[in-house]
Amino acid sequence: MTSAVVFKGVSRHFGSVRAVDNVDISIAEGEFFAMLGPSGSGKTTCLRLIAGFEQPTAGEISIFGQSAQGVPPYKRHVNTVFQDYALFPHLNVLDNVAYGLMISGVSKRDRHQAAEEALELVALTGYGARKPSELSGGQRQRVALARALVNKPKVLLLDEPLGALDLKLREQMQEELKALQRKLGITFVFVTHDQGEALSMADRVAVFNEGKIVQVGKPEDIYYRPEVPFVADFVGSSNVIPPHVTEKVTGTRATASVRPEAVKLGDSGLPATVRATSFLGTSTRVSLELEGVQMVALLAKGQNIPEVGEHTHVSWGEDDIHLMETADE
Amino acid sequence: MHSDRASTGLKIAAGLGLAFMHLPILLIFVYAFTTEDKSYQWPPPGLTLKWFAVTWNRPDVWEALTLSAKVASISTVIALVLGTLCAAAVSRTKFFGRETISLLVILPIALPGIVTGISLRSAFNLADIPFSFWTIVLGHATFCIVVVYNNAVARFRRTSGSLVEASMDLGANSFQTFRYVILPNIATALLAGGMLAFALSFDEVIVTTFTAGQQQTLPIWMLEELVRPRQRPVTNVVAMVVVIVTFLPILGAYYLTRGTDTVAGQGK
Repeated sequence: MTSAVVFKGVSRHFGSVRAVDNVDISIAEGEFFAMLGPSGSGKTTCLRLIAGFEQPTAGEISIFGQSAQGVPPYKRHVNTVFQDYALFPHLNVLDNVAYGLMISGVSKRDRHQAAEEALELVALTGYGARKPSELSGGQRQRVALARALVNKPKVLLLDEPLGALDLKLREQMQEELKALQRKLGITFVFVTHDQGEALSMADRVAVFNEGKIVQVGKPEDIYYRPEVPFVADFVGSSNVIPPHVTEKVTGTRATASVRPEAVKLGDSGLPATVRATSFLGTSTRVSLELEGVQMVALLAKGQNIPEVGEHTHVSWGEDDIHLMETADE
Repeated sequence: MHSDRASTGLKIAAGLGLAFMHLPILLIFVYAFTTEDKSYQWPPPGLTLKWFAVTWNRPDVWEALTLSAKVASISTVIALVLGTLCAAAVSRTKFFGRETISLLVILPIALPGIVTGISLRSAFNLADIPFSFWTIVLGHATFCIVVVYNNAVARFRRTSGSLVEASMDLGANSFQTFRYVILPNIATALLAGGMLAFALSFDEVIVTTFTAGQQQTLPIWMLEELVRPRQRPVTNVVAMVVVIVTFLPILGAYYLTRGTDTVAGQGK
């Protein structure tokens, strides 16, 4: 399979700020690729580098095998769904969607027909005559999506497209986006700070921290087998076990991670004290302290819930502890 | 308790204030129809329409009117181009000294006209530039730019920057982006700014006094006419025309910029 987007040692510095620092990525054609990280971690800058709004300070970007060096945004077969949607306020929905086709010289009749089809794709049939200001946030988001898709881009870039939507709409759009991507087979590059969103939608996730990619992999790998403490902590809040504790359990001196739902409380294991409990509905979250280390256990419904201040023992299955490469942190 | 109705005293005061501002203008209009042509006599001894015909046949009126219209048009065009470019630079990019430039652009309108006039005159003298039509235009452009700049900069600030990126992303080059996205979004602001600039230039006296040679713009011509009483009501007829010519664009500008409080391109 050809690679849709390849970064080779790409950096983008703003003065002394290393927004993107020596990043290598290879995004396969037809892949749903998520860039996940906290704000300021460089994921949006990476997206803007692909779109062409930024030029790399160092390194090389190629899109479908062709170097993107010096190619302006309007000459790239890449379209973006902007975080604030950036719909043209003076045009109605139909002309917004048809804008790209108008620029490339498609006749009015043909581009309006294509725009109608794109609107149908995002379930907005009949909204063509409205102005963007007359639409809800979710509808604007769909218009922005249709406006990008109508140009049949080779890569679709999405910059936190669901950030402004409420929870219910966001979950609905996540499913629709995923279905749309499967149907169209276009490469999607999706930027988000929401780990749930990245894990549920993407084929692969790249986790960004301070301008660098700290781990790339399938959602299950990122979730269950974090390679560095940052990933364990940022993605799904795994428990990070310091080396001296890990050594007692496994005999290896290394930082390790354990999923909260894998932590068992009982009579055997390491002694710990219950600091707080909170009921979450399907499970109960128990905060524990073990040799000065904070840990969290998620106890499923039906398990015994300990009292705050109670002394207990913590254990986990051999497969549930995942050793990370670094012992120095 | 909060009341939406003004008290009677306030209403009277407001009425008096408005009357004070506008009755003298009406007086000018009335004198345009008087039969007395040596002095302004109240009440007018009789009413006539003959001054309109007289004005129509006076070549000096036409010369002054054409000159003023030309100066105002060209100053406005210069101001539209330079003011918009300047506003775009200040609101779209960050560069060293941006705030200073913004202040320097606005300064000419805060400066008394006489200072602008004197400084321009000495500068023209120093550079050995003869006074002409173009020196008047340059003088007027200094304050016309400010009006256009202020209108344009306010609109640029309210237009989301990602619109430009969205347009580029959809395949439009810089020229197409300007034509299809930027211009439609700032058009009303430019029209309003242009109309104000035209009106300002059309009745400008002070700067013109210092930058004109032998030419007389309409306001200068009127000033001279007042000193030399000859067919006095002709001045009043011209004054009426000036009021109407400057009032219409200002009214237009008001209606164009009204009701644009919503931010263009605001996403949410």
